[in-house]
Amino acid sequence: MKQFIAFVKKEFYHIFRDKRTMLILFGLPIAQILIFGYVVNNEINNARIVVFDPSRDQATREITNKVIASGYFELAEMVETASGLEKSFQKGDIKAALIFEPQFSEKLARENIAHVQVIADASDPNTANLMASYIQAIINTYTAELNAQSAKNATIITETKMLFNPELKSAYMFVPGTMALILMLLSAMMTSISIAREKEMGTMEVLLVSPLKPIQIIIGKVMPYMALSFINACVIMVLGTFIFNVPIRGSIVLLMSESLLFILLALSLGILISTVAKTQEIAMFISMLALMLPTMLLSGFIYPIENMPGWLQVISNIMPARWFIVIIKNIMIKGSGLGHIWIETLIMTGMIAAFLLLSIRKFKIRLE
Amino acid sequence: MRTLIFILQKEFIQVFRNKTMLPIIFIMPLIQLLILVNAATFELKNVSLCVIDFDLSASSRQLVAKFDGSPFFEVNKASFRYTEAENFILSNKTDLVLTIPAGFEKNIKTGQGARVQVMIDAVDGMAAGLINAYSTQIIQSFNRESGANAGLLLRPVKNILVTSSFWYNPELDYKAYMVPGILVILVTMIGMFLTALNIVREKEIGTIEQINVTPVRKIHFIVGKLIPFWVIALVELTVGLVIGVLLFKVPIVGSLWLLYAFAAIYLVIALSIGLFFSSISSTQQQVMFVAFFTMITGILMSGIFTPEESMPGWARAINVINPFAYFMRVIRLVLLKGSGFSDIWHEFAAISLLAILMLGLAVKSYKKRS
Repeated sequence: MKQFIAFVKKEFYHIFRDKRTMLILFGLPIAQILIFGYVVNNEINNARIVVFDPSRDQATREITNKVIASGYFELAEMVETASGLEKSFQKGDIKAALIFEPQFSEKLARENIAHVQVIADASDPNTANLMASYIQAIINTYTAELNAQSAKNATIITETKMLFNPELKSAYMFVPGTMALILMLLSAMMTSISIAREKEMGTMEVLLVSPLKPIQIIIGKVMPYMALSFINACVIMVLGTFIFNVPIRGSIVLLMSESLLFILLALSLGILISTVAKTQEIAMFISMLALMLPTMLLSGFIYPIENMPGWLQVISNIMPARWFIVIIKNIMIKGSGLGHIWIETLIMTGMIAAFLLLSIRKFKIRLE
Repeated sequence: MRTLIFILQKEFIQVFRNKTMLPIIFIMPLIQLLILVNAATFELKNVSLCVIDFDLSASSRQLVAKFDGSPFFEVNKASFRYTEAENFILSNKTDLVLTIPAGFEKNIKTGQGARVQVMIDAVDGMAAGLINAYSTQIIQSFNRESGANAGLLLRPVKNILVTSSFWYNPELDYKAYMVPGILVILVTMIGMFLTALNIVREKEIGTIEQINVTPVRKIHFIVGKLIPFWVIALVELTVGLVIGVLLFKVPIVGSLWLLYAFAAIYLVIALSIGLFFSSISSTQQQVMFVAFFTMITGILMSGIFTPEESMPGWARAINVINPFAYFMRVIRLVLLKGSGFSDIWHEFAAISLLAILMLGLAVKSYKKRS
């Protein structure tokens, strides 16, 4: 036991004496959460739009005003002809165009129907789709107001309740997502690299011939990273709560235990990677390629899983972060207890067991 | 010149004899491209809907059928208790609960103002906004039809028809948009990390001193280290583009020469960053974390997932010196919209300047003596 403690101490020294790495380990979560909070924002703000309005009457002016006042769009220009649009789109100056037909109000009054066209720059299809939906919704509200008088009694009143997040804040999505991403990447990457390093340098042999058991070596290697990751998890939660006002509605103890479980999962994945990687370079590339983009894209962090094609939804099941994100969202935002998330918890536990078993089978204690 | 050729030879041999790294460099990134491109869509599909229908009338069934018939919704739960429906939301089995109160049909027929309630799981705020917009649309259109049937309208309803045209990508195929984005990441990752790790590895193992005592000049050494990875990254880009065109139907509207010219300059920056990091680090672990931090931050700020315009001013100010952002913008502009040199010469100028600065910094920081 004394030897083991000495070994763990050595590992801690190894990590803490490298100031630059320490800075990055703690700077990364803070930078990520600020970037996701302020920069990577799915909301559309001030998309530049041109308006071509040959009628210039009350209805078109009102619609234009509503579109601009929505905050989603910023008026780039009122153009006199629709011919220069192509050029502006190509330069990337504008994202959308709103084109009214001539005599808009007259047609609306006389024929009860008028046309308006929205052109969206769909080289970014997701944004284009959102912009078109927003404009459609704005015009729908406008027509509903127009018709309010004539169809008063025939209107079905829709009462909408936005559960858990009435202001539709995006922080409720990215705080759990960032937490999963950071914990996964840092824990798995750090563990796999530091074990691969011993192998590459040849010091693993030294450790293996020491009286320490292989399992003690691995646990000793992993412990400092577990501590670091846990601190990181706390930092992210504190930032999320105090800067982005994400509530913690459920039990903090449960939240912490689940985070610890996820850290264990990431660490065991890191151990598994280190058993197949001979050098740090390989360990780094495997952890980065297998974890960075897949965790961002396949875990429901940025893109909802329900929207993906069926086969990809099946693949997403093997992403550990997917389950953790569901768990933290449930605990923090919905306030659910273990009763609602036991399946996810069980899956994560199963994954840990599987990764550890695989690692034990692959771990070589003898030289080749 | 001959020295340079020998160094290049040595570097290429070193890369290609490493049988574990080869598939990691060439195959894993492409598999990622193949799989991940399919994930990146906000287009709403299969929103699961739970119905609480207290009315059980022809009208309420019609409304439910209208939801079920829309491509966005899938009615897969029904209940008569709020608590049960709430539980469905808590355990993520449903995204939306539609409650139709008793007397719904009667109220429509008599014109007393029928009501429905829509409850949306809004943890994902953006999706909730879209779900709300779509469900309102369905209810409104049901409303118009049922109102007309009941003969309650005093005057005909006014309609403004909105037609949407999606330029450059009429079918809203998001894959064409994501392929260039993911390519930028992969090419950068390969270029920057391979360079950084390669040099620092020589340092860590000690072989760099053997090179340092040879008459090889500093500039030869650096150029010899950079060219192989520059070539590999460009090959990677080419294979990625071929996959994009063949499998994901990425249009190549603009000039490929223009794109490659830009990529060539861009890679000089990516590789110089790698070289610079390796000069200031002493272990692979250090260099990896520094490079990783730079890459993930730069890529996320580059507008890969979200348009640059919706970023705040300070972020856009940072992006003036973010090479990832320039490449992200240009690769999409050229491939998808066919922008020519006159449209993107600003980006060219900026990236060339950055390349000179970064390469200068990298060369300066590399020292032959330790």
